[in-house]
Amino acid sequence: MSQSRRERYAEKIFVSVLSVTKPDGNIVPMKLIWEDGRSWDIDKVLDVRPGVARKAGGEGIRYLCRIGRHERELWYSHGQWFVEGASIL
Amino acid sequence: MDRVILHCDANSFYASCELVYRPALRGLPLAVCGSTEERHGIVLAATREAKKHGVKTAMVNWEARSVCPELIVVPPDYHLYIHFSQRLRHLYNEYTDRVEPFGLDECWLDISGRGIGLDDGVALASKLRYRAKEELGLTLSVGVSYNKVYAKLGSDMRKPDATTVISRVNYKDVAWPCPVDDMIGVGSRMLKKMKSRCIKTIGDLAVQSPEYMQVWLGKMGVILQRFAAGEDQTPVMRSHENSPIKSVGNSITAPRDMETLADVTCVLYIIADSVGARLREIGLRGKCISLMIRDSMLHCFGGQKTVDFYTNHAEEIVPVAMNILFTKGYNTILPFRSIGLSVGTLEPDTQPVQMDLFGQAKKREQLNQLHQAIDGIRSRFGERAIERGTSLANPVFNAIIPKTDHVIHPVGFLR
Repeated sequence: MSQSRRERYAEKIFVSVLSVTKPDGNIVPMKLIWEDGRSWDIDKVLDVRPGVARKAGGEGIRYLCRIGRHERELWYSHGQWFVEGASIL
Repeated sequence: MDRVILHCDANSFYASCELVYRPALRGLPLAVCGSTEERHGIVLAATREAKKHGVKTAMVNWEARSVCPELIVVPPDYHLYIHFSQRLRHLYNEYTDRVEPFGLDECWLDISGRGIGLDDGVALASKLRYRAKEELGLTLSVGVSYNKVYAKLGSDMRKPDATTVISRVNYKDVAWPCPVDDMIGVGSRMLKKMKSRCIKTIGDLAVQSPEYMQVWLGKMGVILQRFAAGEDQTPVMRSHENSPIKSVGNSITAPRDMETLADVTCVLYIIADSVGARLREIGLRGKCISLMIRDSMLHCFGGQKTVDFYTNHAEEIVPVAMNILFTKGYNTILPFRSIGLSVGTLEPDTQPVQMDLFGQAKKREQLNQLHQAIDGIRSRFGERAIERGTSLANPVFNAIIPKTDHVIHPVGFLR
């Protein structure tokens, strides 16, 4: 099978997230904390829906978040948070 | 008013679920296979790339490897597939409560209502396909029609990620030219019968007269003819409706062939214990016991026997099974590969029992108490906490716990 036909994939990075659980059970991520201790505030959650992480693999609730000027996807699946790392291949 | 029925089939379901979690393997020939060591070594699902190389479902592992040497084999993870299956059903339930599952990966949806036509069915099909792809990473084949049989036929026609409509206008062009065994209800044995009378396509079957079918194949013949003609009226069950349980059974392919009577007895007790425990769990007992045996050359034979008492105890099931085994002429030369046992004609175990003169009913009552105690111990301390002497003598077979290991297969369509 040629390499070109394979889609790009990425590392799955599990991260710490500070979040708020609303009275209706919805979870809102507030802060993303990287392994090395660096952290970023999540300014706004733009979209929440079930979704697949195509590059890193896995599925769960996909949060589209605005962090500073960037939009980043964050997944909540089976009680863990993860993001997609930089693409490999 | 015509019904609007969708049949959604997740393409290469097991393999697609695996790919969602292993994106690096996307685009490579991959197959989900049972383990060869435990002798379940067949292909359970294969991706499109693997199928292109000639890998087919139910192929033996070495066969699959020989047609596709670069095949990537992964073991099945049923918890993952059940999770995906539930997610899919949640998705369907957002649109209708009439969702009838058929196995883990297929469902019928009935969205009929006032003013709803096949066009709405097609629109919903596109929506479902889009959402399944975005939210779960699975592709669906959807058949849209006015009855369940054609809807299923439609979903099998174009794969992957496609919608096929079979309407009252086009069914003669779309459904009728299909080979008759594409239709649900026609298996290999029925196909042979059909071929013997030159019925090759669904159209051939549809134009037969019901009287002819009745005389030839009995009730089943008339049903199949109606299916082929698109006159199937079977309803799509509502989500909360559980069809009543008609039988409880288990089967085991043993880690090694059963060669002696002791082996067979041991395995029978293991299965009967599991069947009995499951019956007690749901508060039922039965009196029709059926046995299925497959020998090492994969020949099958079986039989059933109705006894005059209802039971859910291994001690009573096994002698009946043994009786079936010895009264049905079977090939004594070959060792057995797998055994299946099921109990049907069920009634609630709270039903009053007629006492008899010879104390059988009293013995049964004692058995009841014994099993209650055993079930109690097992639920508190695990299946292994208390075991039978017969199974301890055979550690190889004893490794099997059918009650917790068993996998749910689709119930038959023709109930």
